[in-house]
Amino acid sequence: MSAAVRRITVAAAMVAGLAVATMAAHAADDTIKIGHYASKTGPEATFGQSSDKGVKMAIDEANNAGGVLGKKLELITYDTQGKSAEASNAVTRLINNDHVVALLGEVASSLSLAGGEIAQANGIPMITHASTNPKVTQGRDMVFRVCFIDPFQGYAVAKFATDNLKAKKIAILYDQGQAYSVGLRKDFSKAVKQLGGTITTEQSYTGGDQDFSAQLTTIREGQPDAIFIPGYYTDVGNIALQVRKLGITVPLLGTDGWDSAKLKEIAGDALKDCYYSNHYTPEDPRPELQAFIKKFKELHNGETPDAMAVLAYDGANVLLDAMKRANTTEPKALAKAIGETKGFKGVTGTITLDENRNAKKPAVILQMKDGEWRYAASIAPPADEK
Amino acid sequence: MIKLVQTLLSSISVGSLYALIALGYTMVYGTLKFINFAHASIFMLGAWFSAIIAAALLANGVTGIPAIVLSILIVMVICTTLGFVIERLAYRPLRDAPRLNVLITAIGVALLIENVAALNDVKIPGTQTTIHGFGTQPGKMPELLANADLFSIPLGSGTVVVDKVDALILGLSICLMIVLEFIIYNTRLGAAMRAASHDARTAALMGIPVDRTISITFIIGTSLAAAAGFLYVMKYPSINPPVAVTWGLLGLKAFVAAVVGGIGNVRGAVVGGLLIGILEQAGAAYLSPHFRDVYVFALLIFVLLVRPTGIFGSTAVEKV
Repeated sequence: MSAAVRRITVAAAMVAGLAVATMAAHAADDTIKIGHYASKTGPEATFGQSSDKGVKMAIDEANNAGGVLGKKLELITYDTQGKSAEASNAVTRLINNDHVVALLGEVASSLSLAGGEIAQANGIPMITHASTNPKVTQGRDMVFRVCFIDPFQGYAVAKFATDNLKAKKIAILYDQGQAYSVGLRKDFSKAVKQLGGTITTEQSYTGGDQDFSAQLTTIREGQPDAIFIPGYYTDVGNIALQVRKLGITVPLLGTDGWDSAKLKEIAGDALKDCYYSNHYTPEDPRPELQAFIKKFKELHNGETPDAMAVLAYDGANVLLDAMKRANTTEPKALAKAIGETKGFKGVTGTITLDENRNAKKPAVILQMKDGEWRYAASIAPPADEK
Repeated sequence: MIKLVQTLLSSISVGSLYALIALGYTMVYGTLKFINFAHASIFMLGAWFSAIIAAALLANGVTGIPAIVLSILIVMVICTTLGFVIERLAYRPLRDAPRLNVLITAIGVALLIENVAALNDVKIPGTQTTIHGFGTQPGKMPELLANADLFSIPLGSGTVVVDKVDALILGLSICLMIVLEFIIYNTRLGAAMRAASHDARTAALMGIPVDRTISITFIIGTSLAAAAGFLYVMKYPSINPPVAVTWGLLGLKAFVAAVVGGIGNVRGAVVGGLLIGILEQAGAAYLSPHFRDVYVFALLIFVLLVRPTGIFGSTAVEKV
């Protein structure tokens, strides 16, 4: 065989190979691909792992019931390691390589902001189940969420602190690297001032920091009645331990970033009589929730689902419900159907998306009592404000 | 007033940790003339091994002071062995190579350690062996000392709190530094180390086993990093995953401490470490915690501009 002939043969073989590969890709079209990006490792690992369990449950249930639009669902999940850059990579890969029709994720707002940017640019609808920073859905008509947003969450904690705990002087310690934490700091401090309280000091840290003694010494000096820490659980655990070491005994207040079994593991007794706002409590007696918890426990060795798992389950089901209503997986129509979600019976409550693609739901406040997080109060969204 | 005293106390405790790590950088630089980037990884291993060993000791009923002494010794032995292996396999073959090659090798070693440590129950293909790394999630150091204050000193309208762990850090750091000072300036080994650092070729001609001396220097530096790792997790019981940026950042800050004190100078490393501790804590307490890392690196820039040899560094000073 001459060199030229050989070259042509190789080229032909490559073309044929490509054609086969493309055909294989098309052959897989009898499934609907859904992408999920989550922090399955890293400092926020339980967020991603819980979300993964919730989403898988919803997809498996739908597949067992015969799939959606006559097709089986295929879930593709990538790890973000809790890093914004990895979230962007994961979403790009899901859209460009895996050709998913819709995206689910993330929990941390900074990561949802990064992923949402790419979803929006590519016109693929995305539902975040637990990112509460308002910017996540602002100006992005392809990005939706099934949880409340931080202006309300900050208000809920502020209301509970000033009304129930009678705390008037509150200090804030927030993570300057997380959009979630920076946003909540503003929302909370605004709400406290409106409710007649004062903020003694606003101190910052960077996620992954181990030493908080300088900030806590300053906080201690202001003698606050409570300390608000809108961070993620690994850092909060470290902070709680050091708060108690410095002899500060006032309650710590937090938000849904605290929701992980790891927090209790890290901080233990330091959390006694501390409070945080969350999306749900396992003590809620509603039958659909209790049925979900029972099923979740059966699947995961008796583990009680945390809020991220429950929200992820709801988020996936909202997407599937919209797919059925739209009767197509074409992105624009699907996005329109998601936006029209009204009175959807989720396990975390009834979900109705407003014109800003956000859900309006009450928040529950949990208290650490006898080594367990117990239901303390429920705060409804104020009628006039979102 | 309370704030000032409390800030000073935490500065000293944080500063001694930086000093312990900085000693390793400075000793290796003194003898081998390269920056051992794998040092922060050894520190990380020291931290993680401490947690595992402490948990194992507690499970076998060893508690309190014996548990502390035992775990720190075991951790130092493990890390020292690793340090010896690293020096033997990665750095010794490059003894006559250009310095840049060694530097790049050090970065490679750091990456290797981090990534092997991050493995989680990985099965080696074709064998029955599984690697149990530390994984990619934060870990937890069990409590060896009861979480109680050592002193609560009333001062004015409040109290100053000194933690047992802080006292332990300070005490142990001082002990280790005295031992190191003694070895370097009062033993034959120390004389050999100083000679090898001053001029390796001439030292070899004088009958000093330069290779062995360098290995020992390296091992001592590594054991100090292991001790620092142990003290670090005693103070901050929740441990970041091996690949977390925190380790690298801590290593960098300790490296800044070594440079500020005068790289290659042992006393300089201690002073530099304390200085960085004070700067970071006071800056965070009185200016803004927003820029706590900025203060440290601003000091580095300042020192490099004004006195590039560092506080104690000069060409005439004996190096180790």
